[in-house]
Amino acid sequence: MNARLAKAMINGLLIGVAIVALLPLLWMLSVSFMTPGEASSLPPPLLPKQATWANYRELFTHAGMARYLLNSLLVSTAITALALAINLMAGYAFAKLRFAGRERLFQVLLGALVIPAQVAMLPLFLLLKYLGLVNSYAGVIVPAMATIFGIFLVRQYARTVPDELLEAARIDGASELRIFVQIVLPLLKPIMVTLAIFTFLAAWNDFMWPLIVLTGQEHYTLPIALASLSREHVQDSELMMAGSVVTVLPVLLLFLALQRYYLQGLLLGSVKG
Amino acid sequence: MNTQRAAWLFLAPALMVLGLFFLLPVFAALLLSLTDYDLYALADVGNLRFVALGNYWELLHRPLFWSALGNTFYFVVIGVPLSLMASLGAALLLHSPLARMKPFFRTALFAPVVTTVVAVAVIWRYLFNTKYGLVNYALGSIGIHPVDWLGDPHWAMPTIILFAVWKNFGYNMIIFLAGLQAIPGDLYEAARIDGASAPRQFWHITLPMLKPTLSMVGILTVAGYFQLFAEPYVMTEGGPLQSTVSVLYLMYEEGFKWWNLGSASAVAFLLFVIMFAVTATMFRLSRRGDEA
Amino acid sequence: MSKRFHHDGEQALSAGRTPISACAVALSVGMTLLLMGCSPATEGSQELTFWTIGREGEAVAKLIPDFEREHPGIHVKLQQLPLSAAHQKLLTAVAGSSTPDLGQLGNTWIPELAALDALEPLQARVDHSSIVRQADYFPSIWATNLIGNSPDKGVLYGVPWYVDTRLLFYRNDLLRQAGFDHPPHDWVEWRRMLAALSSPQLGHYGILLPTNEFEPLLALALQQDEPLLRDGNRYGNFRSAGFKRALSFYVETFKLRQAPMITNVEAGNPWTEFGRGVYAFHLSGPWNIGEFRQRLPPTQQADWSTAPLPGPEGPGASNAGGSSLVIFRHSAHKDMAWQLIEYLSQPTVQQRFYGLLGDMPPRRSSWEGGALHDDPKARAVRDQLERVKPTPPIPEWERIVTNMQLVAAQAVAGQLTVDQAAAEIDRRVDQMLEKRRWILDRQEKTR
Repeated sequence: MNARLAKAMINGLLIGVAIVALLPLLWMLSVSFMTPGEASSLPPPLLPKQATWANYRELFTHAGMARYLLNSLLVSTAITALALAINLMAGYAFAKLRFAGRERLFQVLLGALVIPAQVAMLPLFLLLKYLGLVNSYAGVIVPAMATIFGIFLVRQYARTVPDELLEAARIDGASELRIFVQIVLPLLKPIMVTLAIFTFLAAWNDFMWPLIVLTGQEHYTLPIALASLSREHVQDSELMMAGSVVTVLPVLLLFLALQRYYLQGLLLGSVKG
Repeated sequence: MNTQRAAWLFLAPALMVLGLFFLLPVFAALLLSLTDYDLYALADVGNLRFVALGNYWELLHRPLFWSALGNTFYFVVIGVPLSLMASLGAALLLHSPLARMKPFFRTALFAPVVTTVVAVAVIWRYLFNTKYGLVNYALGSIGIHPVDWLGDPHWAMPTIILFAVWKNFGYNMIIFLAGLQAIPGDLYEAARIDGASAPRQFWHITLPMLKPTLSMVGILTVAGYFQLFAEPYVMTEGGPLQSTVSVLYLMYEEGFKWWNLGSASAVAFLLFVIMFAVTATMFRLSRRGDEA
Repeated sequence: MSKRFHHDGEQALSAGRTPISACAVALSVGMTLLLMGCSPATEGSQELTFWTIGREGEAVAKLIPDFEREHPGIHVKLQQLPLSAAHQKLLTAVAGSSTPDLGQLGNTWIPELAALDALEPLQARVDHSSIVRQADYFPSIWATNLIGNSPDKGVLYGVPWYVDTRLLFYRNDLLRQAGFDHPPHDWVEWRRMLAALSSPQLGHYGILLPTNEFEPLLALALQQDEPLLRDGNRYGNFRSAGFKRALSFYVETFKLRQAPMITNVEAGNPWTEFGRGVYAFHLSGPWNIGEFRQRLPPTQQADWSTAPLPGPEGPGASNAGGSSLVIFRHSAHKDMAWQLIEYLSQPTVQQRFYGLLGDMPPRRSSWEGGALHDDPKARAVRDQLERVKPTPPIPEWERIVTNMQLVAAQAVAGQLTVDQAAAEIDRRVDQMLEKRRWILDRQEKTR
């Protein structure tokens, strides 16, 4: 095959796929600036006749979007901070601290990975009801504070920490906690960033569990609020698109800023343990 | 402080959270699925009955369970190969030495993955609107009649599959890309000297070398696609004519709409067993393939 | 506080540390003010959480300020549940003990929440109220709030807020063009009109019946003599000749292409479509009177009207629907919640509510004054209210009608015959009622 033709074909195909991938997102952005009812006309307009912030204003003044945005930020940040601390400690222990039954315990956890989280949801709701955590931020945060996947990820990475470093510190009389904080954590920084962005994105995008456990609007996260709004305002496509922008934009920007770490983590997590 | 004690202290928070909020509920779900826990029992535990395998028996005789299972399998059997093909195709394009602006394209193709399912499902609902949607308009301009994408029971699931492929292909694309980059270049060099064409190179070098990655990615994607829920919840509410009710959607409705926690737990366990059987079989097959 | 300030000041003066301690005091006062300013509730005001469902929320938000002015100690926090998710949200809230103080509740959902012991009995409050007077309410609507095995011994769990039923909206200009000078009286006449007004190839249909809404079929079914459940609501009675007649009429309307086979999601904006003449009839609730007034241009207002539902032989019954106001048992502010219920039950407030939204008031005195009194389009509602029937007051009802409609949609799509569909509904309903039968039998044994 002609090399120039091949080059044109490959790049043309890439452009085509990129358009398919991005067009819905660009369309969302464009429609969010249209006046109400504008998108439901024929031919379907691609760009707003006159861009307006009205939909966003409506969302934030009447639909309580600021509250949902804040809820999402609060819940996702809390989950990220707590899950990071807990998974780091556990992953490090599995990788570097010797104790009886370590391998078997780790095997059990890995085995539990095959259980879909939804199996636990029904009794979990009853448990949280008993603890008085239904319809609270804690109801969303607490069950997400540790993940098997996160522990696995940290363990994979922490195994590269040289044992000599830890032994040397122990001989110097450093406590285990001090070793962890002062020696291990700085070495784990890359995986910390990776795990943080993974956890944050997962928490931000999570749908089913918050849908179940959050009953009152005041605690809704963005996806729940959006799903609820979309059932109430089916005909207001412009408003819904503005809501989608508010929901998607923060995570998209976060990803763009930290994509190197995210993609690394993705590969690390998918390597057979 | 010795390491042994330190280790348990380091592990304690994680084990407590996982034990209390995951493993214990899973065990409880098994017990719950053997009872008829429902609205009446929620009001007064005295109304709770032990029904042994009654919930399972009833489910297996319920047409809706079978159609939900059928819909889920439809989604998995069509959706997973399509997703993998899209991922592999995109990875091959990105891997090609002829491709330009690779970082940009990689980011662009990956973007749908990080978006929120609910938000983008809302977008698709409008894009695929029968009357005003961009998709039907584009099809109309090349002479294809409007399709009632989300309103026709024959089209609703294909539309959701298309959505899932669009949303997810970037994820596996990255993994495939890493796999492609790990294939030694001299293999292709040797093939080229032997005069093998590009398709033959793909068939005889790329695919066999990628096989471990392919089977792992395949298993993980199957497991993920079995958990179909948010897409039908937002796009179709399970309709039309319940053609997009997935097993998990059934569990949600049974459990949290009608509060039949007993039979909903049975649904969850059946899903678990089926998922496990399917992925374990895939795992076996891929291992046997490796030995051969 | 000011007294202590002076005292502190004097002491500080004598000790020669004026600037610092004065600043500290000022700072702490400032902080207190700031904190008070931050919290939404003003001092001494109590927060009352009120859940509404669907479109009522926006309208009631406009009535609340007057209530808060009359009751300065109460701040009402409104929450709006989307209609399609309201039922599961409510049940989840009950299951999770996170219910609000008071709420709006579709009267068919009251039995369910009463069975869960989530609602506060209200009879004693009604007896002492000078505003909520039972005799003033339409009896069949009031009865839907009495829950118990026999209607005369039921416990009152709600106060009717607005009534809902199904009636017929029609385009009198289109009917006239087709040679009809009055709305249909019975099914035969209705069928003839539907046939005359449908031309599917032009995209015009006699009527819109969204296949995912149970209310139209339910209204037709309630017109029959046979009850929908039998043996003390222990078994389904959908195989009765009456229900089959209703289902046949319903299914036939689609088979004859007098109604399009679409759900309300695809129907998009039904009001403009009615205005465009896509549908000559629209079977819906009285709140649509307000919607049509608002959404159709003034020039078209003379072209549409309302009528009671035609029955199999002459004017037919319809459902006794609507929403009630309830107080949740876990509320810590039951007296305040009752004050809000009383406020919303005042005839003048109900008339305003009608003006805002078109929701029909459940008490006769509210109909006597204001815009409702001589509204020709509301007359059909009044007329229909004389012939409404409640649905069985059992917790499983929502699930039963949902399944009735799912099976009916299959019959509409041609997957089941009417007989098969009726049998299938009964099969599902009997299964759903198994637990109820067990509980009733057990109760009878212990008696």
